[in-house]
Amino acid sequence: MSALARDRILAKLRQNAPSTANALPDVAAWYAGHRPVETAADKARRFRHFIELAHAEVHAVTPGNWTQTLHAVLKARAIDRLLVAEGTPHGDAALDDLPPHGIDCSVYDMAIEAWKTEMFEATPASLTGARAAIAETGTLILWPDALEPRLMSLVPPVHIVLLDATRIHNTFFEAMTAEGWKNGLPTNALLISGPSKTADIQQTLAYGAHGPKELIVLLIETTEAAQ
Amino acid sequence: MSEHTLHFRPADGFRARSKAVVDNPFLRQSFRGAMDFLMAKRAAQFPDPEELESLRSLGEAIRQYNLAKLPDLLLQLESRLTANGVKVHWAETPDEANAIILGIVQGHGATKMVKGKSMVSEEIELNHAAEAAGIEALESDMGEYIVQLAGEKPSHIIMPAIHKTKEEIARLFHEKVPGVDYTDNVDALIQIGRDVLRRKFLEAEIGLSGVNFAVAETGTLCLVENEGNGRMCTTAPAIHIAITGIEKIVEKLEHVPPLYSLLTRSATGQNISTYFNMISGPRQPGEKDGPEEVHLVLLDNGRSQAYADEQLRKTLQCIRCGACMNHCPVYSRIGGHAYGTTYPGPIGKIVSPHLLGLDATAGLTTASSLCGACGEVCPVKIPIPELLMRLREEAFSAPRANPVMRGQGAGYSPLISAIWRAWAVVYQSPALYRMVSWLGSRLGGFLPSRQGAWTSVRTPLRPAPKRLRDMLRERG
Repeated sequence: MSALARDRILAKLRQNAPSTANALPDVAAWYAGHRPVETAADKARRFRHFIELAHAEVHAVTPGNWTQTLHAVLKARAIDRLLVAEGTPHGDAALDDLPPHGIDCSVYDMAIEAWKTEMFEATPASLTGARAAIAETGTLILWPDALEPRLMSLVPPVHIVLLDATRIHNTFFEAMTAEGWKNGLPTNALLISGPSKTADIQQTLAYGAHGPKELIVLLIETTEAAQ
Repeated sequence: MSEHTLHFRPADGFRARSKAVVDNPFLRQSFRGAMDFLMAKRAAQFPDPEELESLRSLGEAIRQYNLAKLPDLLLQLESRLTANGVKVHWAETPDEANAIILGIVQGHGATKMVKGKSMVSEEIELNHAAEAAGIEALESDMGEYIVQLAGEKPSHIIMPAIHKTKEEIARLFHEKVPGVDYTDNVDALIQIGRDVLRRKFLEAEIGLSGVNFAVAETGTLCLVENEGNGRMCTTAPAIHIAITGIEKIVEKLEHVPPLYSLLTRSATGQNISTYFNMISGPRQPGEKDGPEEVHLVLLDNGRSQAYADEQLRKTLQCIRCGACMNHCPVYSRIGGHAYGTTYPGPIGKIVSPHLLGLDATAGLTTASSLCGACGEVCPVKIPIPELLMRLREEAFSAPRANPVMRGQGAGYSPLISAIWRAWAVVYQSPALYRMVSWLGSRLGGFLPSRQGAWTSVRTPLRPAPKRLRDMLRERG
């Protein structure tokens, strides 16, 4: 059935397709003409402004002190359990630094089928990295993988993200072209711009619809970006 | 090819449904308030008219470029997705699409499906088909969940429950969700929905979603959402089935950022949505979550008919933002249900005739004042008023031998057609015109006082006793 439908649909389209192709739209030229290219410090400021507007909480941290801030963030919410990605630099740092402070760090070391209920019902918070970010819209870019799977940034009610400010791009277009995304994407790539939300009831904005209720960004600003 | 059994006959009852809404001050207030809110939010996102116009032109160029290459791009998409491990299916009709989806579900012995927001799944009435097959198909977008609980259909393509007040939703939850006390606190209501649906995300074997953009060069399905339910449906269950119309395809990944920006800013006045979910394949060896299988169903359902005509093809540029509804003086007064079609409002009036045939939708093409607001706000510059005029022509002209669309001539009336032909003759001949207008000014008093629909809300039409010509002559 599907193969027959395929042939018929394609035949109908082919029969009536325009004979000449349109010119390829110049997306790069539009962005060059309409979007500023900012300094690292300005990009960090703009990123922070927009993601905070979207109700995320941002903490400026350094490569040396971010696990202390992470601990303070968890303590302020009386959370004593954190899902981390073992084998990633940030996951391993959390595994080293947090348990002495009474935080139970669990790791995503088996397929979700083996612990789905626990993930949904007993995982109050998670820590992931961000591959990059977008200043224009205050957006985190995550490429989940075997070490840091997809559900880590979705199921726990509190999602904490470590972002290096030097990884902030001006626009989504710049991020995908600079990083060569067209040459290969992971099974799932994500843009995240705040905690989960909805305005489906009488246009009233409510946070924590189906995903995280809180999104917390630990922003590592180098001296250059902090200036 | 079997014909899909419609649960709605849109042309039937349009007037009655419209009147019911117009007579209800609460619904009118609801829609007016919601549309004003959405228009103001959109306007705030486009402070610079030059930026808006150039971005709309870019969006239009991208959509037209990709539509011109549609058959090639569908093949490229199929081949990339297949290489990525995604199974691609093709369906000409809603029945075929339902059969494919239910076949996948039943092939896995599954009984529970959780759905992300998909207007194409509404278009094929998947929920009815699933129910008939004994499969639970639960909507998980908050708005869709609410209208499903109420046994209704979405009244807006972006905000499905826009016709409901929080008090109505509070009563609905209290009556339909076990163990829920009445509360009209919005945060509490959302928490109730969250708790119910999280249980479903955990249990469902199948997740179903729509697609906002399908990228041919990478084999990527892009989903735009705020709630996270779309990510849940495409990540937590073992099987993910996506369904899309064949038109939602772009060749290049770089085509996505401008369209995505136009979409969220035009739809809800957000500079970006909370989530942009790009799916390029099922779970790979070593990965610990994500669906084991991903399927894509490509649906035609009349789109190839629109494609066949150069002007009507522009209908397929649509990125489903709903801005035309929000700015439409007709939609904002009668709401989405009055239309009786899956896609309401201006875009619905130009899409639905291809999906359902002009015989079922002829009257909808005239439910417009042709004010042009829809065309002005369309982020990809679909000339909606022009297309409405074209569809009126197709609907009300005499049936032709090789019609461009199903139902052409459905609204044709030999009498009305003869009257207009006579009108044209009179207006092309000065002598004839003078004679007829003289007769009108002398005999106008004999016109009946009941003049059909015109006098239902207006005073009767009567030619003036003196023509302009006569008055000018008297002045000398």
